[in-house]
Amino acid sequence: MTEDAVAWVLLAAVTAYACAGGTDYGAGFWDLLAGGTRRGKRPRWLIDHAMEPVWETNNVWLIFVLVIMWTGFPVLFQTVFTAMWLPLALAAVGLVLRGAGFALRKPTQRLAGRRVYGAVFAVSSLLTPFFLGAAVGGLATGRVAPGTEASADAWSNGTSVIAGLLTVAATAFLGAVFLTADARRFDAADLVGYFRLRAWCSLAVLAVLACVGLVVTRDDARYVHDGLTSGIGLALVLVAVVSALATAVLLYRTATGWARITAVAGVALVVVAWGLAQRPYLIPTSLTVSEAAGATTTLRWLLLVTAIAVVLVGPPLVLLYRLDTAGALQPLTEADLRRTAAGREPESP
Amino acid sequence: MNSAIDHFLADGPAQLLPARELMAFTLGSHILLVPFGVALPAITLLMHYRGLRKGDAVALLLARRWSAVMAVQFAIGIVTGTVLSFELGLLWPGMMGRWGDVFGLGFGVEAWAFFLEAILIAIYLYGWRRLKPWTHFWLALPLPLAALMGAFGIVAANSWMNTPRGFSLDASGKPVDVDVRRAIFTPMFGPEYWHFVVGVVLTAGYVIAGVYAVGWLRGRRDRYHRLGFTVPFSVAAILTPVQFVLGDSIARSVFHKQPVKFAATEIVWKTDTHVPEYMFGRLHADGTISGGIRIPQLDSILAGFSPATKVTGLSSVPASDRPTATQATIAHWAFDIMVTIGSLLVLLSLWYGWCWLRRRDLPGSPWFFRCAALAGGACLLTVECGWITTEVGRQPWIVYQNMRVAEAVTDTRAPTLWTMLGLVMVLYVLVFGAFLTVLLRMSRRWRLADEGAATAAAPGDVEGDTPYGPRPLSTTGGKDGGGT
Repeated sequence: MTEDAVAWVLLAAVTAYACAGGTDYGAGFWDLLAGGTRRGKRPRWLIDHAMEPVWETNNVWLIFVLVIMWTGFPVLFQTVFTAMWLPLALAAVGLVLRGAGFALRKPTQRLAGRRVYGAVFAVSSLLTPFFLGAAVGGLATGRVAPGTEASADAWSNGTSVIAGLLTVAATAFLGAVFLTADARRFDAADLVGYFRLRAWCSLAVLAVLACVGLVVTRDDARYVHDGLTSGIGLALVLVAVVSALATAVLLYRTATGWARITAVAGVALVVVAWGLAQRPYLIPTSLTVSEAAGATTTLRWLLLVTAIAVVLVGPPLVLLYRLDTAGALQPLTEADLRRTAAGREPESP
Repeated sequence: MNSAIDHFLADGPAQLLPARELMAFTLGSHILLVPFGVALPAITLLMHYRGLRKGDAVALLLARRWSAVMAVQFAIGIVTGTVLSFELGLLWPGMMGRWGDVFGLGFGVEAWAFFLEAILIAIYLYGWRRLKPWTHFWLALPLPLAALMGAFGIVAANSWMNTPRGFSLDASGKPVDVDVRRAIFTPMFGPEYWHFVVGVVLTAGYVIAGVYAVGWLRGRRDRYHRLGFTVPFSVAAILTPVQFVLGDSIARSVFHKQPVKFAATEIVWKTDTHVPEYMFGRLHADGTISGGIRIPQLDSILAGFSPATKVTGLSSVPASDRPTATQATIAHWAFDIMVTIGSLLVLLSLWYGWCWLRRRDLPGSPWFFRCAALAGGACLLTVECGWITTEVGRQPWIVYQNMRVAEAVTDTRAPTLWTMLGLVMVLYVLVFGAFLTVLLRMSRRWRLADEGAATAAAPGDVEGDTPYGPRPLSTTGGKDGGGT
């Protein structure tokens, strides 16, 4: 009972990371494809401004996912990190490059430096979600069980590759939708069309990949495949498809506020559907939720800590997103840091 | 750093050494940013408050510049910290699989606190322009509390590894009957927590003040530098004697709760009374000590206030259950360096306090500022030393007396880990190098802008006969320096 609740918390955290972190990776993805210095200047300007205030918050969800895994389901954590060693190690390297590239690009003024940091940021925005997605896909195939040693097969099979690509496409979709909305917010009319087109394209790619995935997983990841094509899993997937299509329509009508919600709903529903399709397993078909669960007292405390945290963190999080969408959050400019004449008189003339 | 030495120490599986080195390298790098992650917001807010309260434009400018630095530092801290969470699984799956549910809850607290910190810091960093000044300040005020909460989680986990409890073992050696409260508030938790919190705040204070001490030494003796120096340095100077007492108390806690670790940090070989204290020196595998300064009786006196205090020696437990002689020497040196620097910093803070009480002014001697400029670096060194003391002193255990490091390590093959270590080292050198370069460039840009502004303003100035120029060599009597 308790362990089921914790499993839901874990799924919620994964979903939140997929949506919040996904949007963030997606912005990096479009940074990568924005073209040369001159052509990419406008989109990159928007990406920078839109991401800045929230990227750290968006990425902290990942830490929760890890903490809930090792506190709530220690065996799951051990198994995943043993079997998926290489993709997770590469994802960690990607995270460092991405964060450092993004953080260092802004205060750098020389063009050459900005280019290097920007490229590092953009490339790792592509690789990190791919590896994370591939690891998750590999788990769905049932190639991994407690005690499985690390092997390339666990994460380089068809399902893994498709899952990795799907993750990248989903991040690109989310990123494009949010950037379309941001373009309107920042009064950049030219970029509304620019990112809207990219949102539609990524949706099309997503659809193609999903169809390929359906075929690949039928033999390769039967348990999850069945879960997603029947019962509640199927229902959620269908709602997700409707949301995604609604997003496309809403973008056409430039109702960007609503488009953001339907886009997030689409991705979130797929993640939840996948979680439900795995029931009762954390790793199909070798490790169930109750087998992996840690001590019951700890799980109860974990739920308590989560509840307190929701109360403490929820309001500031809402405030942050509201301030951000209201345009109240702006970076300090060079001028703010230079208004210096006052008070700089020498002390002992 | 000590990989050559460690070669002799690693008697576990082949991947143990690279795994330890990888963890040590990434944690050792991350820990340099921790003081700023925890304490820079607090010190910035102090300056910010001053600026708002007194309508002080210079203080506000300093606070704004510090938050520009914070933006970059916090980002690098987040990514290097996330790497550590990954490494708990990538390098030590055995520990997390067995003990995750016993001690992981601290990390749970830390994760949420950290989330709160990330949100508040984003509002603070990007709120300067559009939020109302006091609203902006009040929204950021919970930041230091969130930082303290985060530190609580991490230190709870680490102190549990040192004095694990809150569980019992079943027949197969699996932990059962978990008692979360006992597992979080372990005997080492209190001493470790306060020592850590005070340590990081004073480190951040000395490092920030050091920047302005350098400017002061180069002749930039204006109110901007005075304020930028005084506020963080005062915070650090007040905390230094406190830290001295806390440090002494944690050493005594280790003496009571982890006697073998205490023996390692003080290189005590045989359990005895009237034990001498060695400053530095080297312990050999046969228990002899070469080099170092020997002070008779002192170790017993420090541990229990009397020469008759019995101090447990390393040889009281089998060789397989205690740090090797080399490990003990490393922990001992780290400990002694930390204590030495700590004592010197106490003298520095007394010097500062003396001048302040007598003349309400900064000390005039350039030697004071030279020392102050070095204090930040020295403090970062003590942070590393403190961490080495506690981690190396705990060897060969990852969970003290319950799990060996060798049992926890991943099965990943050694060459893979060595490759990863090489990759990560290159990566971190680049990232930290770029980070420092960016900070230096920012500081230079601001300085040039300030100097440009000052020279531009000078001709219009009525008393502009002394244009703000290169280095006034001496402060003419501190008393009239009425900046503050």
